[in-house]
Amino acid sequence: MNRVWDTPGGIHPPANKRQSLTLPIGYPKLPERLVVPLIQHIGEHCIACVTIGQQVLKGELIGVVDGALGTSVHAPSSGIVSAIEARPVGHQSGSLAPCIEILTDGLERWVSRPKTRDYRQLAPSQLLERIAQSGICGLGGAGFPTATKLTFNGAVPISTIIINATECEPYVTADESLMRERADEIIAGIGIIALLYDNTPRLVIGIEETKPEACAALLAASHASAIEIVQIPSKYPSGGERQLIYTLTGKEVPSGRIPASIGILCINVATTYAIKRAIIDGEPLISRVVTVTGKACGTQRNYQTLIGTPVQHLLDHSGLDDSRLSKLIMGGPMIGFDLPYASVPVVKTSYCILAPDASELAPTAPERACIRCGFCAEVCPVSLLPQQLLWHAKTADHQRLEEHNLFDCIECGACAYVCPSHIPLVQYYRASKGEIDAARADKANARQARQRFEFHQLRLARLEREKNQRRKARRAAAGSNPSPSSRIKAPKASIMRLSSADIIAAAQGRTTEKKPTAEQTLNKLRRNVSTLQMRLEHAERRLAAAAGETADKQNSLRATAEDARQKLHRGEQRLTEQYH
Amino acid sequence: MDAALSANAYLSTLVASLGLALVFGGLVRLASMLFPVERDRRILEIDDLLPQTQCGQCGHPGCRPYAEAIADGQAINRCPPGGQATIDALALLLKVTAPNLDPEHGLESSHIRVAFIREDECIGCTKCILACPVDAIVGAAKLMHTVIVDECTGCDLCVEPCPVDCIDMVPLARPSHDWRGPPAALLAQLIGSDRDPVQRQQEVL
Repeated sequence: MNRVWDTPGGIHPPANKRQSLTLPIGYPKLPERLVVPLIQHIGEHCIACVTIGQQVLKGELIGVVDGALGTSVHAPSSGIVSAIEARPVGHQSGSLAPCIEILTDGLERWVSRPKTRDYRQLAPSQLLERIAQSGICGLGGAGFPTATKLTFNGAVPISTIIINATECEPYVTADESLMRERADEIIAGIGIIALLYDNTPRLVIGIEETKPEACAALLAASHASAIEIVQIPSKYPSGGERQLIYTLTGKEVPSGRIPASIGILCINVATTYAIKRAIIDGEPLISRVVTVTGKACGTQRNYQTLIGTPVQHLLDHSGLDDSRLSKLIMGGPMIGFDLPYASVPVVKTSYCILAPDASELAPTAPERACIRCGFCAEVCPVSLLPQQLLWHAKTADHQRLEEHNLFDCIECGACAYVCPSHIPLVQYYRASKGEIDAARADKANARQARQRFEFHQLRLARLEREKNQRRKARRAAAGSNPSPSSRIKAPKASIMRLSSADIIAAAQGRTTEKKPTAEQTLNKLRRNVSTLQMRLEHAERRLAAAAGETADKQNSLRATAEDARQKLHRGEQRLTEQYH
Repeated sequence: MDAALSANAYLSTLVASLGLALVFGGLVRLASMLFPVERDRRILEIDDLLPQTQCGQCGHPGCRPYAEAIADGQAINRCPPGGQATIDALALLLKVTAPNLDPEHGLESSHIRVAFIREDECIGCTKCILACPVDAIVGAAKLMHTVIVDECTGCDLCVEPCPVDCIDMVPLARPSHDWRGPPAALLAQLIGSDRDPVQRQQEVL
């Protein structure tokens, strides 16, 4: 039996998981439209690589990664791309994000799926390439691109890989149903991850002891492998990455660092399933298990849902009773958020749609003053001082907030859950984190602007200096070898103080200076003659062409031609004079 | 003279004290001229608090010159882009009471704005490029110009020189993934989870 460490704090809210586990994972009918956001992960937006009106197959690549961090998106079903535009997505801000809309054709035609039975023959780099191309990101909620996570190579080699199968949040059973029904595929996925490391790291599945069926299924599937399955006491939030790592290994991830910095990797159980599907079955990540639960739903169960399925479609499929619905929440009751519209799509990180009625979700009481009971500090899994943080958040004292390690808060909501004064503590912390981030960004921007301004000033000064140097050089050159122009120009600066005679002399000087050389005059006259010749030819042509015109017109053209001829004659005379 | 000094103790003390005062005063002055560290550090501290918009609304050609002027005793309430927050921070640094923003130099705006060139109207005169204090406009003579959004400080200085009025100051929208929740003052309630008031009372008791 493995030793298990106890994390500080934690709460025991009613689990409410049974209701959605009575039925096996279901398959909702295909929605007419799928809306696939181009950002479902941590990192940069994908770039759409399809055009409107284009026919796409199920599993076809439709969005590619642009930038270092991100993961691609694929068409969840076959059909026609009907729109590429900003749509509302499941985000607390209710803001828009670029999405690709696909009108499904109901045929579910797949792209070619390269099945790989002998994946053990593949090199780690090939496996990673496949994982990256399959658009897999962490399915536990954060959505960190999995290929990037698996390639992380720090100073400490990865010695332990933890599979997070705790699913500690009330109501959510997506991972549990997956473990009950597809344990062998999960174990195969873990086997693939182990292939990526040469040093055979320890493989541990951390699962809450309240999931005996899932645990039994995993045990049965993994009896021939080196995977350890460790049951941990049920507590919220035991499934937080850092909490689970501590529970299983007794090691704490340092503040502000990632688990890989102490040689540990933590991967959600649903992600390992997606990895198995990607490598062995050749299927990119186009669907996930989503729990649809809450008393307002007719049927509460888990669905294998295509990414991009509108939440409304899932709710309709579950027989939602709109009149009983008190609130629509994406995610679990603790860290989920209100959905502004039911039209938003299911994305890779949506593990639960919660549609509770009023009896399940008590109307939130108004916030009252903090009475310093200290319950929040007792339940904080990170051992922070929530009430101190609240004071400083209310007074926007950013320095104190950072001193009290606000950024170590995992926003689990345990403090707000126990607060007898109904203070929405997490909301305060989230807002303060945002303000501090904004202030940091402003500071960074200001620093950059200052640098650019200083460089700008430097550049102007340099240009000025160079101009002065050139001027000085010119002046020096003029001083040693005075040319006529400099002699004339010199007095120009002090022209106000000159007498009228001087001004006349200067003007005459300028005209003499401007007098062209014989060579220049000759050239000018030559140019003049050739122009006049052309003009004469032109006039003669027009006269010839005007044979059928009126006499007046012909006369006028004849006069023009004659004029041109005389001018040419004079020009030629001047040219010959200049020659002599 | 010597005799007079040695005879009058009072006078000699006075002269000695004055002499010492002059010598040390001179030394202090010399030191402050040779090592002007204190003022420079102060200027850097002040400059660090200014928003670096380089807009010149304070009457100085940039934030650094204004920081120098503040170090020399000028009023600290002349920076509209920084607003009251900057004034408060400056007051804290300089240990004075924070005044309100001087409306003569402009009013505080709640939006972040950046310059935007309507590119099909741009004639390529380069006047805005010359006006930009942070080199945030790219382009060449007779070719279209455009603003690098990330570098624009929203100082407004390029708008006025444009001969065809093709530059707008537009509010900058934050990308959605930057969104961190409503300000603490406007908080909605946290999702209450699934407990009812009775159950909670039992928990508390």
